Amino acid sequence: MTTAELSGVSERRANYGRLVASEAFLRRRAITGNVIGVLLFLAAALSVLITAGIVFVLLQESILFFRQVSILDFLTDTEWTPVFENPRFGIITLVSGTLMTTLIGLAVAVPAGTILSIYLSEFARHRTREIIKPILELLAGVPTVAFGYFALFFLTPIFQTFIPNLSGFNLLVPGIVIGIMILPYIVSVAEDAMRAVPDSLREGAFALGFTRYQTAVRVVIPGAFSGVTAAYLLGMSRAVGETMVVAIAAGQQAKIALNPLEGAATITAYIVQISLGDLPHNSLAYLTIFVAGLTLFLMTLVFNLIAFWLRKKYREIY
Amino acid sequence: MSTETVNPVTGKIDEQALVTKANRQDLRFAIIGFVVLVVVMATLFALVLDFMIDGVPRISGEFLTNYPSRRPEQAGILSAWVGTTLVMSATAMLAIPIGVAAGVYLEEYAPKNWLTDIIEINVTNLAGVPSIIYGLLALGLFVQIFRLGQTILVAGMTLALLILPIIIVATREALRSIPLETREAAFGLGADKWQAVWMYLLPAGRPGILTGVIVGMSRAIGETAPIITIGALTFIAFLPPAPLQDTFPFVNFDWLNSPYTVMPIQMFNWISRPQAGFHVAAAATGVILLSMTLLMNGLAIYIRYRIRRSSR
Repeated sequence: MTTAELSGVSERRANYGRLVASEAFLRRRAITGNVIGVLLFLAAALSVLITAGIVFVLLQESILFFRQVSILDFLTDTEWTPVFENPRFGIITLVSGTLMTTLIGLAVAVPAGTILSIYLSEFARHRTREIIKPILELLAGVPTVAFGYFALFFLTPIFQTFIPNLSGFNLLVPGIVIGIMILPYIVSVAEDAMRAVPDSLREGAFALGFTRYQTAVRVVIPGAFSGVTAAYLLGMSRAVGETMVVAIAAGQQAKIALNPLEGAATITAYIVQISLGDLPHNSLAYLTIFVAGLTLFLMTLVFNLIAFWLRKKYREIY
Repeated sequence: MSTETVNPVTGKIDEQALVTKANRQDLRFAIIGFVVLVVVMATLFALVLDFMIDGVPRISGEFLTNYPSRRPEQAGILSAWVGTTLVMSATAMLAIPIGVAAGVYLEEYAPKNWLTDIIEINVTNLAGVPSIIYGLLALGLFVQIFRLGQTILVAGMTLALLILPIIIVATREALRSIPLETREAAFGLGADKWQAVWMYLLPAGRPGILTGVIVGMSRAIGETAPIITIGALTFIAFLPPAPLQDTFPFVNFDWLNSPYTVMPIQMFNWISRPQAGFHVAAAATGVILLSMTLLMNGLAIYIRYRIRRSSR
């Protein structure tokens, strides 16, 4: 190539550059890019603001509350009567209701969820899985208020036929319904963790003559242990925060819940009950919904953070 | 090893018995798994069927065009479904742009540092915060501090915050599944980062993002608890101002400041009444609510199925 030709190429390239990307265009584009970068960052940062807002609102109102009620009474009193003349604020009552429904829910969802995730990840054929997983997603999409209706008007009368002393409002049926509700979440996370266990481990087990069941119990579950535990915790956190089922079917009487056949208020049902009433917004009784909310938030936060850490752990292993 | 697999005569391990036993155990579990599966399916089926039997006969044109009433047989859900439509519009207008933007930032822009880590942990945690807590946040912030009142705007904002994590996670997953070559090709053509995102990545990720948006919106439609805490009214016998008008500028945003009720609230209110007639009306509302959420979730599942088929 001659020198003349070479200079022609560079000239053409220079012209081309001017046509496609002039200085002004590049500058404008850089400015737009920066502005958009900042906007995108703000959108992401909003999520931090939401958490900050939650903590701020709950703490602010709770501090107002604890100026008038001692924390010791709050934690040790065994009665919850905020709207009475001599109000008492024993959060144990509401927490016991919440724990009761949560435990019943877990008693349903943990065995069923574990069996189902093993079945889906180790036993079911591809076709079966393709059909079952969407149906579980549909189950997760059912509005909670519909589950509440189902618990109160369908399941409770059925249960009453073979448990004669079951009250119309009780903790047993909402607990079972909560178990059904959290099942899809548990299966989704647990099955995800089991499928993350590499096939080479399964093949090794099969080569040693393990059956599918033995492989599942002795190889896959130990391998996916942190993920499966995270699934239980996430389910637990959902069960604790579940509101409409208990607000509809568990009753509103705040008392220490020992008998699942009777009704009792949970933290969430209590918040709904007070929100529906017409208490003045600055009264002590009204502040209690924020204190109850703070209790609930702290409970779910602990479960969520442990679950987050556990899931991260199993992702790192494989 | 249990004794039944040891041959009593020779004292040796009976391999055949061992294998039979293990296989039997395997089969037993397969049956248990299948039974659990059937029970779960039956529950979902029973729920849908229960609503159909209780509610479908009650649905009529009048049910959709009547306001709530003290007489159960005349009660309708006009104000509730209009309210749901308007609240959902407000939610979508807020949650979709913000959620997608946050997802794009975290997946394409975010540097690896502590701030990004905090945002990520935070989004994960927000997805697990009970919905009623969002209601308390909105009550404390929007209603009590900002004094926005019990309006459609506040309900829309509350539900938008609630479904933000769902949309963020879906956007991130959609972008993550786009091969690196797409980005390289865009940069090779001289695109800068935002042009690559806007012209190549977002269109390529659209089905996945759409799935998240649909799942999020279907969640918002059925949400009841947060709307109760911010104080939705349960007896509304009027409609918010229409969003369209025949004079300039033809659109009208007064509806954002209107009181409202939504379908799940109306349903909850009817469930809590003693008269059986209202329970039937609640079931009818439930049928409509269920059909909407199941259809939306079904659509999301179908889109996801299509994505997987086309990427194969």
